[in-house]
Amino acid sequence: MWHATLRNLLAHKLRLALSGLAIVLGVAFVSGTMIFTDTLGKTFENLFASTSADVNVEPASAFDSGLAGTGEGTGAASTVPESLVDTVRDVDGVAAAAGFVRTEGVYVLDGNGNVLDTGGAPGIGISWEPDPDLSSSTLVDGRAPRGAAQVALDVDSAEKAGYTLGDTVTVLTTGPRVQAELVGTFSFGDSGGSAGASLAAFETRAAQELFGTPGQFSGIGISTADGIAEETVRDRVAAAIGDGYDVRTASEQAEALAGDFEEGLAFVETFLLAFAGIALFVGTFIILNTFSMLVAQRTRELALLRALGAGRAQVTRSVLAEALVLGIVGSTLGLAAGFGVATGLRSLFGQFGLTLDGGLVFATDTVLWSYAVGVLVTLMAAYLPARRAAKTPPVAAMRDDHVSVERSLRRRTVFGGVLTAAGVAAMVGAFIVQDDGTAASLVGVGALTLLLGTIALSPVIARPFLRGIGAVLPRLFGTSGHLARENAVRNPRRTAATASALMVGLALVSGFSIIGASTNASVDNSLDQSLGADYVVSTAVAAPFSAEIAQEIRVIDGVESVTQQRFGQAQLGGVQTSVSAVDAATLDSAFALDYLTGGTEGLRGEGLLVDEDTAASRGWSVGDRVEALLANGERVELTVGGVYTTNQALGLAVISLDTFTAAGGEALDRFVYVDVAPDVDAAAVRSSLKATLDAYPVVTLKDQAQFADEQKGQVDQLLMIINALLGLSVIIAVLGIVNTLALSVIERTREIGLLRAIGMDRRQLRQMIRLESVAISVYGAVFGLILGIVFGTGLVQALADQGISQQVIPGGRMLLFLAIGALIGVLAAVWPARRAAGLKLLDAIATT
Amino acid sequence: MTSVRDIPTQRVGVQAPPAARSVRLTKVFGEGDTRVVALDAVDVAFRAGQFTAIMGPSGSGKSTLMHCMAGLDAVTDGHAHIGDTELSSLNDRQLTMLRRDKIGFIFQAYNLLPTLTALENITLPMDIAGRRPDQAWLDTVIDTVGLRPRLNHRPSELSGGQQQRVACARAMANRPEIIFADEPTGNLDSKSGADVLAFLRRSVMEMGQTIVMVTHDPVAASYADRVLFLADGRIVDEMLSPTRERVLERMKAFDRQPEA
Repeated sequence: MWHATLRNLLAHKLRLALSGLAIVLGVAFVSGTMIFTDTLGKTFENLFASTSADVNVEPASAFDSGLAGTGEGTGAASTVPESLVDTVRDVDGVAAAAGFVRTEGVYVLDGNGNVLDTGGAPGIGISWEPDPDLSSSTLVDGRAPRGAAQVALDVDSAEKAGYTLGDTVTVLTTGPRVQAELVGTFSFGDSGGSAGASLAAFETRAAQELFGTPGQFSGIGISTADGIAEETVRDRVAAAIGDGYDVRTASEQAEALAGDFEEGLAFVETFLLAFAGIALFVGTFIILNTFSMLVAQRTRELALLRALGAGRAQVTRSVLAEALVLGIVGSTLGLAAGFGVATGLRSLFGQFGLTLDGGLVFATDTVLWSYAVGVLVTLMAAYLPARRAAKTPPVAAMRDDHVSVERSLRRRTVFGGVLTAAGVAAMVGAFIVQDDGTAASLVGVGALTLLLGTIALSPVIARPFLRGIGAVLPRLFGTSGHLARENAVRNPRRTAATASALMVGLALVSGFSIIGASTNASVDNSLDQSLGADYVVSTAVAAPFSAEIAQEIRVIDGVESVTQQRFGQAQLGGVQTSVSAVDAATLDSAFALDYLTGGTEGLRGEGLLVDEDTAASRGWSVGDRVEALLANGERVELTVGGVYTTNQALGLAVISLDTFTAAGGEALDRFVYVDVAPDVDAAAVRSSLKATLDAYPVVTLKDQAQFADEQKGQVDQLLMIINALLGLSVIIAVLGIVNTLALSVIERTREIGLLRAIGMDRRQLRQMIRLESVAISVYGAVFGLILGIVFGTGLVQALADQGISQQVIPGGRMLLFLAIGALIGVLAAVWPARRAAGLKLLDAIATT
Repeated sequence: MTSVRDIPTQRVGVQAPPAARSVRLTKVFGEGDTRVVALDAVDVAFRAGQFTAIMGPSGSGKSTLMHCMAGLDAVTDGHAHIGDTELSSLNDRQLTMLRRDKIGFIFQAYNLLPTLTALENITLPMDIAGRRPDQAWLDTVIDTVGLRPRLNHRPSELSGGQQQRVACARAMANRPEIIFADEPTGNLDSKSGADVLAFLRRSVMEMGQTIVMVTHDPVAASYADRVLFLADGRIVDEMLSPTRERVLERMKAFDRQPEA
């Protein structure tokens, strides 16, 4: 007897460990995400909000770009005149004041002449401020740079590029190319992290010449005299220098920047938390599943308790207490595992160039949420089975065989049916509705409802589906196939819950791959339709670069036309809009434009071209006068000179380069388009173009196809990050299947013993469990793919007007996902199958 | 009355070639303080075409004897033979094949796979082996157990007696050399139990089946040709043509003499 007791206990320990694992995984993903996001936030905060000056003066901007922290400015190049520094210094209460220069588009080259990879983060040029009260940088090694021939780099960039003090460093500025001796390295902000951005510091005077404007500063930093409130100094300085400037205290500055930064980071955070939500959703299924099985297996034990006089509430409480303990232990372990997840995420993002140097940030919130989530979800998941357990009639203890009563699926059918119908209706609505915003939110709501509906319906569908696709199993694998199919359908709820985890993961993966494929196809298509130029010169991330490049290309023999394109923000008729700035003379040669009314001539002077959607939504037509507020606060009246059909490369609105420059737009190009004369040796022109651009490693020369590939590369990279994250939820799904199978094996120990006794060998037994696993995972995969296709196509349809005009379902990839689904089944079965095959025959038969 | 120890066990079943036999079969569980000798050098033979019942008090080793003879458990010492095959020389796979092809099993309960119909349960050993059942024989077996109308039902739709009859049919369907039954009526009411026992008796009489049945029920034992009595891992007595009363009488002797 002690033998059986011990075995039972051992089995319980395993069951407990398996359900604990589900909690650990769910919590690990949530806490990992939070730790990573906090770390990311801290790093960015350091980069953008670190400022140790007490009061700052910056040129006023007419409106927020809404894009701070992403490296995209408003396109304004406003500055503060040098003379203002003296005015500020004279203000009572100012201890020290100094102008500073800070510009993006300043890149560091490594020893091989390649641009240091910043992973999309900006390359920043700054002036070196010697006064520590005013500087946010701290020297780590060497000394401060002097003159234009000396430079200091941030520690990470110097290390990444392999530079040591005394080396000659090449810096590409928005102006000339600079060679300077590395004399110092410094850390930025409090933790020294720069989020991948490279920082190159020159002496203030040199910085102005190299990448600023002589006589002008980006802003002024002020330290206050002891005993005087920052606010007092702020007000005095503001009064002294007059309008046109923003004067902020350190905390106001931090807040303003933090506001911008949060907006920029909100996307990443939402994105990651969405994945945590998915992980938790998936984890909840596993926990729920596990507890249902645990309680079902303990029916006799619980019935015995009831027979001995335990009340219903006591039984419920005892199960819940167990869940509580399990939840707390699981959450604690999950929290610890979250560090692993965060480390993994950090190295994943590191792969894409976003290096986070500071230590992982472990906030109180993370702890609270982890426990809240882990314990609450476990209690929730345990509640239903606990109530069911309490209803176990005491007589069940006396029965040999605990027949698990199959509960009716009618409520499920109705509930799931209603949800699914609502989801389908929302999706159909998204196809009909004209407005993009409404369509996108309809797709979102529809996708969620449809997902929940399918999950609810899933046990109802499981039986016919598995019988259907399972029909081949007996034919291919004989008895083990037959038994596997029967086992998979014997508890549809359990099968469905197990498959749901995989379903959710694959629905998202396949949905995203449809969006990715459609986006790529659209890029091809739209570039074909919108570009007229032979070559495009740009950086990989549309970062600004020196206008000198366009000048040099212009003088190459055989080049017919060169078109510069700049970007900025403007308020057109009161609505903030991204605008392109292009020279009217070469507009037609760079872009394939199709005018509905008006034409390129309408851009000349103070003209404005808009695309058909913008014209329609604002009610503009050719000849209308539109009041424009440019980023530096200048107001101009523009005349609509043409309306063109949607053009991917140009965007919503175009103003002339003259207007842009006159309004203080930054003098940096984002794209340069090159047309080659028809009757010259194209290869020769290409090689001279290449030779010229060799001096500017920031930019590359691309023909249309290469340009399209580069754009698609970015989509693919984003997809890779998304898929890597979704991969985590798939891993959880795999563990969920392992969990369910392992518990099933325990539950069917006796049956397995019987099969072995009457002559099933271990190989057949393993195959039986493997096939059951594959049947379940294929079930999840098929419905995941169906949902993914619905979500993907729905979203692509909703985004049709945003430029995703092509609807592509990558069939090969869908089949690959299905194959991966089957493979997951095989993998998940390895351990449970081995366990089943390893059962001691007699013990198995003796198990009750 | 003869003393238990006076029965020479060597005398048992020597004339015909036995369907199964053991030679000094010994099984020891545990080690040191927990060491228990479950079978103590047992020599036994089961003649083909005979229905043998093994009886004895709890812990006498009757189930262990069956498990070792049927290749379900490894022996500590000595030998067990099914026909000409010596079991200890077989590996796990060969043992599995032996069980599948030459032995039929009937357990006390949980004999059937709940996911399969009665018919599928009956043909399961042949399905596992990938063989077609002999249809004429299968029909005979099914008709003998009287289950034809319930063949497409699942175990949960059958009574306990019907389930055991399905288990009997499964054990028979493969024409095994020997059937081992472990308390086949232990979970049944007396009417259902009688049905099952009558069926086992008939299969021996009419089909020449060899059956070894472990039981503690004198009524069940009375259906057998021969009863072996086990106590403390040894065969202590044998009875041919048993009746309920004689078996009961013999069992009482165990109660009166709770000796070593």
